[in-house]
This record gives sequence, C-alpha cells and structure tokens, in this order.
Amino acid sequence: MIRFEDVTKRYADGTVAVDDLSLEVPRGGITVLVGPSGCGKTTSLRMINRMVEPTSGRILLEGEDISQRPAAQLRRHIGYVIQHAGLFPHRTVLANVMTVPRLLGWDRGKARAAAIEAIEKVGLTQDQAKRYPAQLSGGQQQRVGVARALAGDPTVVLMDEPFSAVDPIVRGDLQAEVRRLQQDLGITIVMVTHDIDEALTLGDKIAVMGYGGHLAQFASPAELLAEPADDFVADFVGKDRGYRALSFAAPDVAVRPERTVRVGENVAAGSGWVLVADDEGMPQGWVDVAGWGGPVPAEKVRRFGTVAEAGASARTLLDAALSSPSGRGVVVEDGHLVGTVTADQVLAAMRREGHVATPPGSPEEAP
Amino acid sequence: MIGGVAWETLGELTLRHLYLAGVPLLLGLLVSLPLGWLAARSRWLQTPVVAGTSLLYTIPSLALFIMLPLILGTRILDDANVLVAMTLYTVALLTRTVADGFGSVPGHVRQAATAMGYGELRRVVSVDLPLAVPVITAGLRVAAVSNVSIVSIAALIGVSQLGMLFTDGFNRNAMGPIVVGVLACVVLAVTLDAAIAGLSKVLTPWLRSGAGA
Repeated sequence: MIRFEDVTKRYADGTVAVDDLSLEVPRGGITVLVGPSGCGKTTSLRMINRMVEPTSGRILLEGEDISQRPAAQLRRHIGYVIQHAGLFPHRTVLANVMTVPRLLGWDRGKARAAAIEAIEKVGLTQDQAKRYPAQLSGGQQQRVGVARALAGDPTVVLMDEPFSAVDPIVRGDLQAEVRRLQQDLGITIVMVTHDIDEALTLGDKIAVMGYGGHLAQFASPAELLAEPADDFVADFVGKDRGYRALSFAAPDVAVRPERTVRVGENVAAGSGWVLVADDEGMPQGWVDVAGWGGPVPAEKVRRFGTVAEAGASARTLLDAALSSPSGRGVVVEDGHLVGTVTADQVLAAMRREGHVATPPGSPEEAP
Repeated sequence: MIGGVAWETLGELTLRHLYLAGVPLLLGLLVSLPLGWLAARSRWLQTPVVAGTSLLYTIPSLALFIMLPLILGTRILDDANVLVAMTLYTVALLTRTVADGFGSVPGHVRQAATAMGYGELRRVVSVDLPLAVPVITAGLRVAAVSNVSIVSIAALIGVSQLGMLFTDGFNRNAMGPIVVGVLACVVLAVTLDAAIAGLSKVLTPWLRSGAGA
C-alpha cells in the first residue's frame, strides 16, 4: 500500500541519504526500518509524509503518487510519532490530541470526542487529559504522542524512534501497547529504530538498511534470522541470532503435570525440588527437600524464575526452564498452573519439528 | 500641588507620557514580530536584520525627533514624529529578542507541528508564537522602560509629556518639578514593567503548572 519506487535522496553536498530504494510496505501490520545511524531510515520514513522530498523516484500511497497531494493536507491523514513525543508544551494533553482533528476541520465537539477516545485507547485517564505535557512522565508523554497520532483516524502511522528515550520497562509496555493498537485498529505502522531487538519484537516485516542508504534486506523477522542476505545483515542482526530465532518458533511441547504442595504441608525427606503453590493453586516458588522432611517452612521457598504461558515461543519456554532452580520451567494458562517443561523437552520438540537440525551421533538420531 | 506642580497637570503629563511611550511599544512589537521571525528562519537574513535594526538604537533621539518631520513631511510639533521615533527604538530593541524567542522553540516541537499538517503561517501563530512569549515579553519589558526614559527628551522639541517638568524646572531653576518628573517616570516605568510581566504570566499558564507532578 506504501510503495517506494527507485527512491533516491541526494543532498546538495553530494551525500546520498537514500540510494535507489524500492520497497512495498504491506497494508496492515508493522513494518520496521532498521539500521545503523546515518543509513537513511529516518529520511525514508519522512519521505512518506513529505517532510523530505525525494531527489528522484516516487512514493505511492494506495496507488496514488503522494507528490500530487498538498503536503500539509497529506500529513493530516498520516499519523506521526517522534522520539521525544514532540508534544506542544503550551497545550493540555486533550488540546494536543485534538490537533489533527481540528486541522482536518472537524468541529470542536467532534474533535474533542475523537481526542478523548484516542486518549482512552492509549491507557490514559480523563484526569491526565487536563494536564500539561510537562506534568506527565516520559512514558505517559509518549502515550500522548501516540494518541495524538491516532486521533485523526489515519490508516498509516509513522513512528520515528518512538521509544528510545524511555526506560526499558516502560519501553516494553509501550511496545505491547503499539502492537495491540495496531491489531485493534488494523492500521499500517511504519517504524524507524536502530534497535534490532525492537525491530524483531515488533516487526511483521523488517527492512534492514545499510550505510549509504541502500536496502540490504526486506524480510520477516524469522527469515532475517534464518537467512541473512549478506554479512552486513548477519552482523547487524547479531551474534546471538540463533538464540533470538527461538522467539519465532512455538514448538508443541508436552507439558508434564507437576505436583504442588502448600506452605506448612508435610513433605517426605528426599523429594528433591517441589513446587509450592498458594491456596488458589498459583505457583509461588520451589523448595529443595533434601535431607529433611516435614512441614514446608515459608522461608525455604525460593522464587522460581520466569513463567511461560502455554503455547509460548521456544525462547520463553527455554528461559522458564533454564531460570528455574529445579530445571523445570513453570507453564501457566490464564493464571492456572498447567505443568512444567525441561530444556531437553523443548529442544527435543524443536528437533522433531525441524526448527533445529539434528547433529549426527546425537541420541535422537540413534535408531 | 506637589513640588510646585498641579496634580491636574501631573496627571495630564503622565497620560501623555504613557501614550507616547506605550503606543510605540505595541506598534514596535507588530513590526518586530515578522522581522524577528524572518531573522530566526533564515541564516542569511539573521545578521543583516538583527544588526540593522539594532543600529537604529544608536541614532541620538533628539536628532531623530528633529529629522523625522523632514522625512515624513509632518509638522515639528506633531505627535507622529515622537510615535514613529519611539517605534523605531522599540523595533531596535525587540527584533533580536523576537528572533531569540522564535529560536527558543524546540526543534522537535516545530517538526511535530509540521508533521501534524500545520501550514507555515498557522504553525507560527498557534505553536511558535505562544512558545516564544516568555522571551518576547522579557524584551518588551526592557523596551518599555527604555521608551519611558527616552520619550522625555521630546520635551526639547516642545511635545508635552513628563519631560516638560525637566525643562520647566531647568528654566525656572526649580528642583521641585524635576524631582516630581523623575518620580513620575519611575512609577510609570515600574507599572508598565509589572503590567507586561503580569500579561506574560496570563499568556503562559503551562509554565506555572509545576512540572513533574
């Protein structure tokens, strides 16, 4: 739906920011432009709403050459989120979010209703809507930035390094929020980031751009990890790309049922690691029953590591198993314990399903 | 009577002073806004515009009061001469501040506004200008005090305002009117300054919201 046709951006001093870029961003989903500083990813993004004009080539939006539309009018139909949110400090959150609806010529009532809806969509309250941007945290400001981009009902939203200025925990929340909004609204998001992890987490399609503004590879995250087009992409995707690829496989692992005990309940000496649960059956941690027996004391319960949801990716399942003191990863579904898996089980399932090659001489290969 | 000056005369002269110093403040602001915006926008125009307008301030006021009737074709006692001269001084002081004010608007805010679909003029009026208010009003306060001081020289060409008390005191060798005139000028300057500071506060509610709540 957004089509770059042989797009080049060359500046007056001869610097080539974008070199003969041809690319088709599919409708719906999140397309990520990723690459090192100066690879032309932001320039490419800004050409979509004519903040930057290409030197040659053209860009089509829904088959229509965007250079034929007045720039300001085009921009009102394309959402835009930038790094530091770029909120108007002199306007309240509500007024900020009303910006595009007002520019579109909607009357005050309709613009206000659209703004309030967008503010609620990104998880902010009516009370926060009355405040000025400086009264909000960085993460909340970025949410306002997203709300402002959505309020005019755009079909395309551009995001330029939207989450790089917020701390990692907030970033995780915002990423999940953006993914949810994209699915709920069915919009097309084009995002620029220098963070390959963010690209792999969020992107349905990823365009890796190299130095000199040329497109190195345009592929899905799984393809990118499995078959990097060249050394540059392989390097950029990272040394631990084999490990990252685990995120894109969801092997069917048979979860083993796990017996649980409550604090104060009697256990037999030498039971090994036993999973402790609360009265609702939610796992609380592991206790090592070796050389003692009797009621389980609360202070002996060790917190387990990460928890995997049933049907999670191989990465999450392995992480749960590897971070668990018992070597058994806890799997839950809708807040209830399903059972546990071991790392061996996960890897065996991966081999069985062909995600991982079976090396000669391994136990699985023996007849 | 105070210091040999009738209250009525003092009131009249103060109002005249306020008119001759205050109206040029507004006219000067109206001229400086586009000039300052131009200077802030283009690197090529910045130096000529800012330096050129600043130079106006070096013209001696008495010379300007005498020359303007020849240039404008006005009569020597016409208020217009003083109004135009004071407007020029205001422009001299304000253009640089207005340019600084527009320059103080964060780049990412301006870019976001453009990306939202603002046309240039609409953006300048509804985003850049409000954000430049604190800087511009700071310059306006300086210009107000300067105007109150300079305009008294117009007494030498016979345009009545508080400066008349100085020439009168000088002619009659009486300290009373001079002291009264100085005090009235100080009160007027302080009042104008406070009024602009208050206006600035009203125009920038977001600065008083207490960040980090």
